[in-house]
Amino acid sequence: MTAAVRTRSTIGSISVTRVLIYGALIVAAVFYLLPVYVLLVTGLKSFQEVSLARMWELPRGLGLESFVRAWAGDEAKGFTGLAGNFANSLLMAVPAALISAMLGSLNGYVFAKWRFPGSNALFTAFLIGLFIPYQSVLIPLVVTLQKMHLYGSIPGLIFVHVVYGIPITTLIFRNYYATVPGELIEAAKIDGASLLGIYRWILFPISVPAFVVTLIWQFTSIWNDFLFGVIVTSRPNVQPITVALNNLAGSFVVEWNVQMAGALIAALPTLLLYILLGRYFVRGLMAGSLKG
Amino acid sequence: MRRPTRDRLVSLALLAPSVIVIAVFVYGFIAFSGYASLTRWDSLMPDFTFVGLRNYERLFAIPRFQIDLGNIVTFTGLFIPICLIVGFLLAVLLDQRVRGENLFRSIFLFPMAISAVVTGVAWRWMLDPGTAGGAHGVNALLDGAGLGFLKNGWYTDPAIGIKAVVIAAGWQMSGYAMAMYLAGLRSVPQELREAARIDGAGELGVYRHVVLPLLRPITLSAAIILGQIALNLFALVVSMTGPGPGFSTDVPALFMFETTFRASNFAQGAAIAMLMLVLVALLVVPYLIHTFRHEVRA
Repeated sequence: MTAAVRTRSTIGSISVTRVLIYGALIVAAVFYLLPVYVLLVTGLKSFQEVSLARMWELPRGLGLESFVRAWAGDEAKGFTGLAGNFANSLLMAVPAALISAMLGSLNGYVFAKWRFPGSNALFTAFLIGLFIPYQSVLIPLVVTLQKMHLYGSIPGLIFVHVVYGIPITTLIFRNYYATVPGELIEAAKIDGASLLGIYRWILFPISVPAFVVTLIWQFTSIWNDFLFGVIVTSRPNVQPITVALNNLAGSFVVEWNVQMAGALIAALPTLLLYILLGRYFVRGLMAGSLKG
Repeated sequence: MRRPTRDRLVSLALLAPSVIVIAVFVYGFIAFSGYASLTRWDSLMPDFTFVGLRNYERLFAIPRFQIDLGNIVTFTGLFIPICLIVGFLLAVLLDQRVRGENLFRSIFLFPMAISAVVTGVAWRWMLDPGTAGGAHGVNALLDGAGLGFLKNGWYTDPAIGIKAVVIAAGWQMSGYAMAMYLAGLRSVPQELREAARIDGAGELGVYRHVVLPLLRPITLSAAIILGQIALNLFALVVSMTGPGPGFSTDVPALFMFETTFRASNFAQGAAIAMLMLVLVALLVVPYLIHTFRHEVRA
């Protein structure tokens, strides 16, 4: 009898705990999704409908008008849409991510498999680049880009993102290649394979996961960057989308619904990548924490 | 025997471009900024007349900079523990073999995938307090939930100022701590937990005496990364609040940007940048030394 009662009460207390756990998780999920809800709901509203007081209410109909205006602009009000800036961000982030992943792969290969006296110290010197506040390089960076005739252009932005992407991409690949058994490399050497041959035929073919992680991480960071964008580009027609969105949001002629639609447009590419390939994104995140 | 030497040369040649670029664009540029901060370069025309520490003396006398230092300390001091605590609690909840774990984890982590500018635009709209007559945004939500006493002016109230930005930043970055802690919790051997239970520890005791001590390295590295992000705070403030009333949401990075690229006072801007570097170094250098000492020992 007592045993039966005890069992039941244990089951009861377990389910109460479960309810509390799920309750807490759902409350937290609602909090994290709140801004997305606001962006969506506001973006789907018409200007007549949008007001701060009613921001939590659902729109009366599905209106894509705000998205169209955020994308294509409004000549009457004198603001250009985000379409051009969206293209700029793509033209910047795709090549920059590809180049910095390639560089990181080669650097990581040398640091992991061709160590030389002082190579660890050199690697540490690379890693410090992960931590510096970029403010401490901005002034000479602008001067140098002007001298290189790269200032204010998309190639200039690509260059900057490749340069300051070297530490993280090198770190990811170095840690990845460190897990490849040294015997594999030694055996290839005995067979007469050269350094580049070993890279081309042994390491590169098994590097796909590291490339996916690095490309996603770099594309996301570069797409989301604001600081370099605002420093390197001053003309609106070359600005990346984050800078254009900030200008849009700071402008008094653009309505809230259009600003929110613009924010969603700016968030969409990296959000889609995250939804489709989130686990690789998390791996990039972990790699950035100096943990192999 | 010729092969190894040739390969050695090739390996150095592969590394050379990156080494040069890092040497120039990281170390050289920091040195340049450091030197610029000691000059009279206060207009678009470079003027490298050496003036010693004058720019730093002036900087510390500027009220806006004093406020900025206070703000960034407040921000960092709140942001790190909030992210760590929220992240830890979420990780513990997710570690209870819940259904839909992947979905929840994705929801807590997705803000990290979007730009701080998007976060800023969304939270500016949500934390707009509205007028006395009609509450807006989060305030309206609090009214609706019967929590009207929590309503306030958020970033428009100088007494709150930068603390309102902590909410948005915590929303964006706490998932990072969650992911770190979850990975850590998964690596705690089940036998250790069992052993503690057999020794009579309750569930809380297991966390307190077994799990938390094992997670200490994760707490440390997460705190360092979050601290570095906090000290460099820029895009979120620009897009969410700007300098705010009485500079109550201003930060050194924004002051540096305006001093350098709007007011063209390059020497003063460089001085702010160097002080930001010192702040980050105070946080990161001891950690790096600690990490590498461990690595060498291992």
